[in-house]
Amino acid sequence: MNDMTPSKEERAEKLQGMGCKRKRVEDIRFVQGKGNYVDDLKLPGMLYGDFTRSPYGHARIKKIDATKAKAVPGVLAVLTAADLKPLSLHYMPTLAGDVAAVLAEEKVLYQNQEVAFIIAEDRYVAADAAELVEVEYEELPVLVDPFKAMAAGAPVLREDIKDKTDGAHGKRKHYNHIFAWEIGDKEATDTAFTKAEVTIKELISYQRVHPCPLETCQCVASFDKIKGELTVWGTFQAPHVIRTVASLISKIPEHKIHIIAPDIGGGFGNKVGAYPGYICAIVASIVTGRPVKWVEDRIENLSTTSFARDYHMTTEIAATKDGKVTGLRVHVLADHGAFDACADPSKWPAGFFNIVTGSYDFPVAHCAVDGVYTNKAPGGVAYRCSFRVTEAAYCIERAMDILAQKLGMDPAELRIKNLIGREQFPYQSALGWEYDSGDYHTAMKKAMEAVGYRKLREEQKAKQQAFKRGETRDLMGIGVIFFTEIVGAGPSRNCDILGIAMFDSAEIRIHPTGAVIARMGTKSQGQGHETTYAQIIATELGLPADDIMIEEGNTDTAPYGLGTYGSRSTPTAGAATAMAARKIKAKAQMIAADLLEVSEYDLEWDVDRFRVKGNPERFKTMKELAWAAYNRVPKGLEPGLEAVNYYDPPNMTYPFGAYICVVDVDVDTGVTKVRRFYALDDCGTRINPMIIEGQVHGGLTEAFGIAMGQEIRYDEVGNVTGPTLMDYFLPTAVETPKWETDWTTTPSPHHPIGAKGVGESPNVGGVPCFSNAVNDAFKFLGSTHIAMPHDHWRTWTVAEKLGLHG
Amino acid sequence: MAKAQIALKVNGKAVDALVEPRTLLIHFLREQLNLTGPHIGCDTSHCGACTVDLNGKSVKSCTMFAVQADGADILTIEGMAAPDGTLHALQEGFREMHGLQCGFCTPGMIVRGYRLLKENPNPSEDEIRFGISGNLCRCTGYQNIVKAIQFAAAKLAGAPVKEAAE
Repeated sequence: MNDMTPSKEERAEKLQGMGCKRKRVEDIRFVQGKGNYVDDLKLPGMLYGDFTRSPYGHARIKKIDATKAKAVPGVLAVLTAADLKPLSLHYMPTLAGDVAAVLAEEKVLYQNQEVAFIIAEDRYVAADAAELVEVEYEELPVLVDPFKAMAAGAPVLREDIKDKTDGAHGKRKHYNHIFAWEIGDKEATDTAFTKAEVTIKELISYQRVHPCPLETCQCVASFDKIKGELTVWGTFQAPHVIRTVASLISKIPEHKIHIIAPDIGGGFGNKVGAYPGYICAIVASIVTGRPVKWVEDRIENLSTTSFARDYHMTTEIAATKDGKVTGLRVHVLADHGAFDACADPSKWPAGFFNIVTGSYDFPVAHCAVDGVYTNKAPGGVAYRCSFRVTEAAYCIERAMDILAQKLGMDPAELRIKNLIGREQFPYQSALGWEYDSGDYHTAMKKAMEAVGYRKLREEQKAKQQAFKRGETRDLMGIGVIFFTEIVGAGPSRNCDILGIAMFDSAEIRIHPTGAVIARMGTKSQGQGHETTYAQIIATELGLPADDIMIEEGNTDTAPYGLGTYGSRSTPTAGAATAMAARKIKAKAQMIAADLLEVSEYDLEWDVDRFRVKGNPERFKTMKELAWAAYNRVPKGLEPGLEAVNYYDPPNMTYPFGAYICVVDVDVDTGVTKVRRFYALDDCGTRINPMIIEGQVHGGLTEAFGIAMGQEIRYDEVGNVTGPTLMDYFLPTAVETPKWETDWTTTPSPHHPIGAKGVGESPNVGGVPCFSNAVNDAFKFLGSTHIAMPHDHWRTWTVAEKLGLHG
Repeated sequence: MAKAQIALKVNGKAVDALVEPRTLLIHFLREQLNLTGPHIGCDTSHCGACTVDLNGKSVKSCTMFAVQADGADILTIEGMAAPDGTLHALQEGFREMHGLQCGFCTPGMIVRGYRLLKENPNPSEDEIRFGISGNLCRCTGYQNIVKAIQFAAAKLAGAPVKEAAE
């Protein structure tokens, strides 16, 4: 090799491939205000839609009079259920096998439910007219407590299905019952409990919250009557699924529907499903022949489109006296609101809640979930987590702390004693999952050493004594958790949405000059896909990331994929990207062999080129091969250099992590200060450490919001209280703690590049860590379980009940 | 509704316009002037996505009427870069330090950072956190936004800047 040739390392660095902290491509437009979000779109003749909504939680609609609304200058039409019913569009199918009202027909089932849709020339006029639709209601008894849903004599909520004994997931036990789902060995688990030396039992509730991305849900629908084609720009985390749903509902052929998800201002699960606003905007555009924009306001967002959690988990652990767990039994009461609109894979009405055995070697477990209807907004989305995984992690991590307390053991010690050992992977969990890889003990040890865990416990002990002596009014809490996630849904054998297997896809085209365009079936909402997918291709193909353009979100051009949620982009589309690149590389190798007049087997890959084994000065770079692919291909080979891959993952991936948090609680004010938060994540192969760290910061901040203050609450008559940012807690820079991040790397053995996904880990691990820290602060005073959210008032109340205020 | 005439300066350019008296400044900027950088996140002046600089103050443009901006001098994210396209130190800092993810809060955050650094060219971390507490971000957890503003403060002061995000 002559001295002018850059070294392997120099060439690799230039590519900005996997493992480097590549700066984000997307930022160039975002920092200049040149992002392209849905509400930025302006089309000629565009109209605006707005809703008249129900003020009641449960009421019969006696009469709707839109005369005054229609008389407002600039109003074109007012749609009600009566208009949609002849089109069979007054209800829409949900992903969970239920239906949801588009516009309420005979009854409203939750406050702010959509009743009428106003179409006007201007958004102000639409809002004016929405106020003028006169609806006569007859109030009905309201059901907000899920524990009363299946009582005898409970109000009948869903009259449309009240006599239906079979639901989408089997028999219904009651007219307000949605489904029962059960997994695990009940008999063996019951036996474990009978024989147990120690047991604990606790009702662990995870309150109703909302993902609340900064941009609300919105769309612009435009129907071209001449061509019979529908184009919808929208905040869609899963644009292809939206197209299929739109086609099934509207009967417009799927190839004549164009779904475009432009830049999205955060999703966190809120933008997976289909909402009445989308359907109404589409109908309005078909009716008027003009584009129609619908933009949710924040109150509408927080009170109607997709809550998360509302899981009430009665949790029992059986263990030996010395702290070895022998059984886990969980019963969940799941409040799904008025319609079952969870966005889980079809066969999983409780998502992947059966990851509830967590990181621990439970020999047996049993889990049962009952879903019920209440007079609350529908949803049940995965708010920055894989389906119901954060509920499961919260459940097991709180329960392990409660067990440690009962045993008088240190919570970290109890965890170490029960963590699945490195040699046990691939690990078959008692509730049916095969964990792909893990090195839990190493991660736990690293975390404990990083924070000086023993010293912290000593400090806490001293503080507790000082508190008892009346020398301080502060309590110190240490939260420690170890989580295992299940992400990357998923294998076609057990994961589908509407019957479509949950694969994902990538299409890569290399142009003659070596510049690349690649398209995926996923859709970034801030995760940085334009940056990171290019890094995968750069490493796989030896072309600079800066020469690779990534495009997502247009169903006309992108290959079919199931979208971005449940940390599935890297495990599925990331894998598809690597596999498609490898197809291209294989063809490039054939071309190289032909050009270099050697056998393919005599070539070896060297960062950005194929070179002849033993003769490294004879090589062809990928850039040269790209040109040759359009210019001089070997006989019998097609010209061009592109590939598509639809990747059906063989298994889910199982990221894990160890988090430790230290809080100081002022018992007189209830103010909790996070002194320190350390997060160690293992997401397998790390594609871009800068982006991973950013994801962890963001996820921890959302976890902090959830654990310390977020709640979508209903009063007894069904009013949703505080659905504005005045009341719904989004942490500002002032409250948000400082984050310390760390990692170990245990690649996934079945993923082409060993990556597992990371975006949701910090939310899954963060919530129980904060909650355990607050609980830990009060534990020595006899408290066993304090429910979230741990806001100042609730924390003060705990101190009050413990008699700490004298 | 009778329209009112307003004259103002936006990003250095004189603007004359007719607006409905009830038109919010954010809608005027976004829909009449096509300045879609400032965003609407909450409608209740909590989130700060609509922040613009108005007569030397950070203002949430969803909280005032366009007619109230008559005679004002407004700077939006679109006016931050130099005429030759060179990014402002804050814009550079946000990219260098990974101070954004979905980008929705970013225009408001940068414009707020601009006024913060005018008022306090060398803020402490706590001062930055307090100074941007009227602007919500759901993605970043703020840590890298703080670093981005520190990067810009150092750069504007001619001091050496930290290389990049960790």
